[in-house]
Amino acid sequence: MSLSTRAQHSAVEAPPGMPSRLDGELLEVSMGPQHPSTHGVFRMNVALEGEVVRRLKPVFGYLHRNHEKIGENTSYLGSMPYTDRLDYICSMSNNWGYALSVEKLAGIEVPERAEYLRVILAELTRLVNHASLLGFLLSDMGAWGTPLMYAFRERENILDLFESLSGSRMMCDYMRFGGCRCDLPPGWMERARKVVDGFPHFLDEFEQLITGNEILIARTQEVGKLSAELAISAGITGPGLRASGVNYDLRKVDGYGFYPRFKFRVPLGEHGDCYDRLMMRVLELRETLGILRQAMDDLPAGPIMNPKVKIRAFKPPVGEAYGRIEAPKGELGFYLISDGSGNPYRYRVRPPSLINLTVLEDMCLGHTVADVMVILGSIDIVMGEVDR
Amino acid sequence: MEALDEIKVRIEAAIPGARLEIIPNPGPANQSSLLLDHAHASTVARFLRDDPALRLDYCSNVTGVDWLERTVKKKVKVKKVVEGEEKELEETREEIFSGYLEAVYHLYSMAHKHGPLVVRLRTRDRAEGAHLPSLTPVWRSAEFQEREIYDLYGIHFDGHPDLRRILMWDEFTDHPMRKDYREPDDYEYEPTPHDDVLEKAKQHYVPRPAQDGTANIAAQ
Amino acid sequence: MMIGAGILKGMAVTGRNFIGSYFEKDRLTTVQYPEERDVLPENSRNFPFLVYDTNDPEAGLRCVACKICEKECPPQCIYIEKSADKKPDYMGKPQFYPATFDIDISVCMSCQICVEVCPFEAIKMDKVYELSRRERFDALLMRRTDLAKSNSYYHSIHPLEAEQVDATLAAAAAKKKPAPTPAPPASG
Repeated sequence: MSLSTRAQHSAVEAPPGMPSRLDGELLEVSMGPQHPSTHGVFRMNVALEGEVVRRLKPVFGYLHRNHEKIGENTSYLGSMPYTDRLDYICSMSNNWGYALSVEKLAGIEVPERAEYLRVILAELTRLVNHASLLGFLLSDMGAWGTPLMYAFRERENILDLFESLSGSRMMCDYMRFGGCRCDLPPGWMERARKVVDGFPHFLDEFEQLITGNEILIARTQEVGKLSAELAISAGITGPGLRASGVNYDLRKVDGYGFYPRFKFRVPLGEHGDCYDRLMMRVLELRETLGILRQAMDDLPAGPIMNPKVKIRAFKPPVGEAYGRIEAPKGELGFYLISDGSGNPYRYRVRPPSLINLTVLEDMCLGHTVADVMVILGSIDIVMGEVDR
Repeated sequence: MEALDEIKVRIEAAIPGARLEIIPNPGPANQSSLLLDHAHASTVARFLRDDPALRLDYCSNVTGVDWLERTVKKKVKVKKVVEGEEKELEETREEIFSGYLEAVYHLYSMAHKHGPLVVRLRTRDRAEGAHLPSLTPVWRSAEFQEREIYDLYGIHFDGHPDLRRILMWDEFTDHPMRKDYREPDDYEYEPTPHDDVLEKAKQHYVPRPAQDGTANIAAQ
Repeated sequence: MMIGAGILKGMAVTGRNFIGSYFEKDRLTTVQYPEERDVLPENSRNFPFLVYDTNDPEAGLRCVACKICEKECPPQCIYIEKSADKKPDYMGKPQFYPATFDIDISVCMSCQICVEVCPFEAIKMDKVYELSRRERFDALLMRRTDLAKSNSYYHSIHPLEAEQVDATLAAAAAKKKPAPTPAPPASG
């Protein structure tokens, strides 16, 4: 069945000898910035020959607020809530990435319980991100609403957990240098366990809903293929890289936090097409659930803040540091230069969403204009992070 | 991965004429970096990428840094002959470091799973000399990031395939991430002004104490 | 397998969810706002308010206008003017007080850094969320009188946290109490 649908996809080139209807003239279309499938205010200048994409230039900057300049003008602590607004779906991982870099910069140790909490929250964030991505991607393909609402139903449970812990559903601002802001409220762990235990049911149902679906297969298999060599050279990270078969997961490579203590596998793709990128998310969700269970079982008691770290007037020593984590979208890095004052001299975010778009044109060439939305959706971007 | 000084020795042996310098990092992160010269930057980059022991095939992060011209006052002890006697005197000397822009590359290896190796390139100055060789032909991931540096810092990357502004609009003329950038005066009313905004607010509003005791700006 | 089986399987899932939503509460997470309202969790936060003790929002204000929150606030939405004179606070000790204390909640990003840095437990996070106004500027500027809320209100929205705060304040007060008559150490 899947073979027959795979075969239909060679029809993107006009048959030889037959001139296209525009006789080689290209039609320029500006897709976005106000387009429901561009995941925010993202614009692509596409040159089409008939329906086939011949050139594609992404246009950025509609959400640019110079996050990095703001970071240079606020204290180290003051940048923490701003990081929530980078990839606003995954504020917890953004907090962790920034906290990790500052801890590297100042040489701060984090207590055990806080590290465990960070793992739990970052993995819950991964559930949120991947579940909503599956929903968004399917609604880009025309499964309007239904899968997205199922995904959002699960996301809602996790956002409730975030709210009862940090006070806010999306702008958590939860982690601090040297630990976490507050301890778990009573009953939180039981509720979290219930969410984690109920999640496989959602995944089973979701897989039933989509994985055998002929339309989904026809629209994703052999679409937007990305070779491993190009993916490495272009700095693609996260599930998009692993779908091309490159085994590179920072949780394994850097072993930051307490990830070396947990047993989990890194799913790898074979073809590097949209279907693999989509299934990579589904498989990663299952592994994430495993990490969550282990972390919840092993969560030790103890302090959640390093008492030596000052909240106010925090001044790290002169130097620089680059810290990175495996955020749900890829490698999220923070590069900080300290001149010994209360504000960073240089504050740089390495946004996975932006860099994963480097090869968008290469992936879209030769496909139809309708495939562009699927390819873009499978990259997984959030404009808050792309434009910063 | 080998230590940075070993890598430096190996590069210098492989690429004659390459002038490298190790920039130490005093902080606890201990990520020291390697300063490349312009003429050999792309050869060295290719060596780092292709050398079988290093295989730094993944350029993770590319960013700009703006270092303004700064004067450092140093107290130096000088021996001088005063009234026929040799005396040790303290003198303050000013050392001027000229400003420059810098591009920083963080390199990792996906093949060997090691890193980072931090590579730096420095421009001659902050005006006409703000040119650097582009490393996009070596690592494709630098494409958007070098464009971003060009946009926000104004470093021209020679050899970049598509050097245009990326975040600011094309008609914009300045480089907002530079330390001496001043934003245009497009003041918008804000009820709780501070610092620079307060100064602006005072310029824009004449105090009217009779009408509004409410506006803080008027109360200043 | 015939083509279309995958679609039918998907439709079965949709049907199960549709019918299930009438029977299983887990399948239906929404509430009919504004008739129905979800209960906010204890830690929920949105905008800051000022806590006062006793029944007097003027004299009972815990804030002593030290301006730490104004300095630390990342989007700079707090504006404080320190009083010229000292007034007795709720404990009877003469203290400075904020002559002006404004928070521009159109700028505030609810990060609660002001709460964390306040050494006097004077500023806390509120839970109110229906704050839409007709004007953008002055209507969204909360003045001292709008911000001052009683300690019992604080207890009603964050019961666990408020109890802890009361305990720390009482401990600090008890520590200070014996201060008036410290026996002069015998020199020698």
